[in-house]
Amino acid sequence: MVLTGAEILIRCLQEEKVEFVFGYPGGSVLYIYDEMFKQDKFKHVLVRHEQAAVHAADAYSRSSQKIGVCLVTSGPGVTNAVTGIATAYMDSIPLVVITGQVPTAYIGQDAFQECDTVGITRPCVKHNFLVKDVKDLATTIKKAFYLAKTGRPGPVLVDIPKDVTNHKCEFSYPKSVTMRSYNPVTKGHTGQIKKAVQLLLEAKRPMIYAGGGVILSDAAELLKKLVKALGFPITNTLMGLGGYPGTDPQFLGMLGMHGTVEANMAMQHCDVLLAIGARFDDRVIGSPDHFAEQPRKIIHIDIDPSSISKRVKVDVPIVGGVSEVLEDLMKQLELAEAKPDAKALADWWQQIAEWRAKDCLKYKQGSKLIMPQFVIQKLYEVTGGNAFVSSDVGQHQMWAAQYYKFDKPRRWINSGGLGTMGFGLPAAMGVHFANPKATVACVTGEASIQMCIQELSTCKQYRLPIKIINLNNRYLGMVRQWQEMFHGNRYAESYIDALPDFVKLAEAYGHVGMQITKPEDVEPALRRAFTEHKNDLVFMDFITDQTANVFPMVAAGKGLSQMILAEDL
Amino acid sequence: MRHIISILLENEAGALSRVSGLFSARAFNIESLTVAPTEDPSLSRMTIVSVGSDDVIEQITKQLNKLIEVVKVVDLSEAAHIERELMLVKVRATGKDREEMKRIADIFRGRIIDVTESTYVIELTGNNAKLDAFLDAIDRTLILETVRTGVCGIGRGDRILKV
Repeated sequence: MVLTGAEILIRCLQEEKVEFVFGYPGGSVLYIYDEMFKQDKFKHVLVRHEQAAVHAADAYSRSSQKIGVCLVTSGPGVTNAVTGIATAYMDSIPLVVITGQVPTAYIGQDAFQECDTVGITRPCVKHNFLVKDVKDLATTIKKAFYLAKTGRPGPVLVDIPKDVTNHKCEFSYPKSVTMRSYNPVTKGHTGQIKKAVQLLLEAKRPMIYAGGGVILSDAAELLKKLVKALGFPITNTLMGLGGYPGTDPQFLGMLGMHGTVEANMAMQHCDVLLAIGARFDDRVIGSPDHFAEQPRKIIHIDIDPSSISKRVKVDVPIVGGVSEVLEDLMKQLELAEAKPDAKALADWWQQIAEWRAKDCLKYKQGSKLIMPQFVIQKLYEVTGGNAFVSSDVGQHQMWAAQYYKFDKPRRWINSGGLGTMGFGLPAAMGVHFANPKATVACVTGEASIQMCIQELSTCKQYRLPIKIINLNNRYLGMVRQWQEMFHGNRYAESYIDALPDFVKLAEAYGHVGMQITKPEDVEPALRRAFTEHKNDLVFMDFITDQTANVFPMVAAGKGLSQMILAEDL
Repeated sequence: MRHIISILLENEAGALSRVSGLFSARAFNIESLTVAPTEDPSLSRMTIVSVGSDDVIEQITKQLNKLIEVVKVVDLSEAAHIERELMLVKVRATGKDREEMKRIADIFRGRIIDVTESTYVIELTGNNAKLDAFLDAIDRTLILETVRTGVCGIGRGDRILKV
């Protein structure tokens, strides 16, 4: 069947069972939009800024395990999308980003709305393509979907010049794709897995450290089985939250810069560490030199060999998909005759209980000012711990991570690697499209929310009943915290002056706005928002204590056991 | 330590910039880089000389392997190998220097491939050290221009890098 490039693209997306395309039209993608207009197999979601299109597609993927798809025009459409693409890349989220390009004959001529899309995005995509011939279009799209989802997932970009979308050729969608240069390993090496099992069973002070790879690999159930079988303590990274039930007694909380005392101390003092789909990044282990001061054997499961022994030398590397490797590990564990050392494990749990007794997340909620932690705790209670929570970046993100206990994977949606302010609201939109019946909350701050606030308009158009929890402390809170602790209280440009009236702003966009200033109003307001206004977008502006800081804290460059606690100050 | 990394990659537009971009983005060092298509025109062979600790070189090979268009990566310096570089040197060759220049070129097994009344272009192949030694052996003030290809290398004997 002879079709135009635009028709071919639409057919390819249909073949891939795409449900939603998040995008924004423009000159170079007009043929594509025209063809999309004529079909109803998938829907297009019109955002108000291309960055939001990518964040929404990204969160759609994070909350559903499907591939997110977005479509933007050439030039500024692409440059606006770059922040979203880099966000997805850092967190290994599978996306297919389709970008329009000026006609092939104009490329390199500084044409209107031209930019070197493949060049600009190269460092922040898993792979990208420029389709110069309509005959290559279908295979390229097939490859894009294949690359995005397999191996270590990530965003794949396909740049399509306008003339290519209008050229015609015979269409058939390839059933499968093979690439001689791309063969990701999914099954772990049996010898290595046996070694790992032996180390685990010999451990006196074992620790399991699980990251976003568990969620990407849909291995939460397997992980729980393993942790239960071993009886070991476990921590999650910021990206891994929900990969293990947050309310389980074996869970020590999140680790890292703002991790709990028990998680960080157990991490530092364990003798065998099992790292699963995590990458020992700077916000997780602090200084690698300090981390290396305590001797321990490390087993590292990751699908990306370059993540292994990158920052921390590993003793037993296992390259493979988390779910495949965990399955094999469970089998080997069942075959092993030895059992974990019960006596040593009891002593180790005793030690952990002492660290836990520090109750490092405690804070005081007085009668005057709302503590931000209190809002998150109440949010957790009111939503029964069942909401999908997206967040922006800063103090509110850390409080949400610390105080909302995620029992299920894919419920905690945040920009962990890149730390993109402005992610929260468009992400909440993407979550809603993937989970239309779910409760969706966006925990944000008065600074972050303003970085993509235009999306309130998109929310109106599609009637998205998102609950925005704005922890408003009139500061760039995390910046202020660092300035207080490390820069002599000189609050350089961290005060957000001239804030809008968020209640009126919400109303101007056709939503419900609330401002909450008293601690006793927090819970009733939340209840009202989640029941009475169940079907509305509610912008909840919580005026919180300006001096609240996130604790525990491992200062940049320090070690995991060198935490600053609230009580130390 | 100095390493010679050989890469087979898809001969596609942009593949070179993916490799060079990787080195700059991750602050890896490149001493030289050469690339050309192989006997199979769908593949290019690239040789990169880099300096780094074992950990850094391990990261370099892993990151290279991660690039979608890279088919194979080998650290040639891990075992017996041969490396060669080509240099073209344009020198002033007048009076007594004319004969002297010819003699030194002969000693280094260089060839004079362009002659004018006042200049020679000398072609020389060898490893880095030999080319450096040649430049040290001639009167520096006579050098008008030099151009070097960068190292290309191949494993000895049965070590074969092929798809």
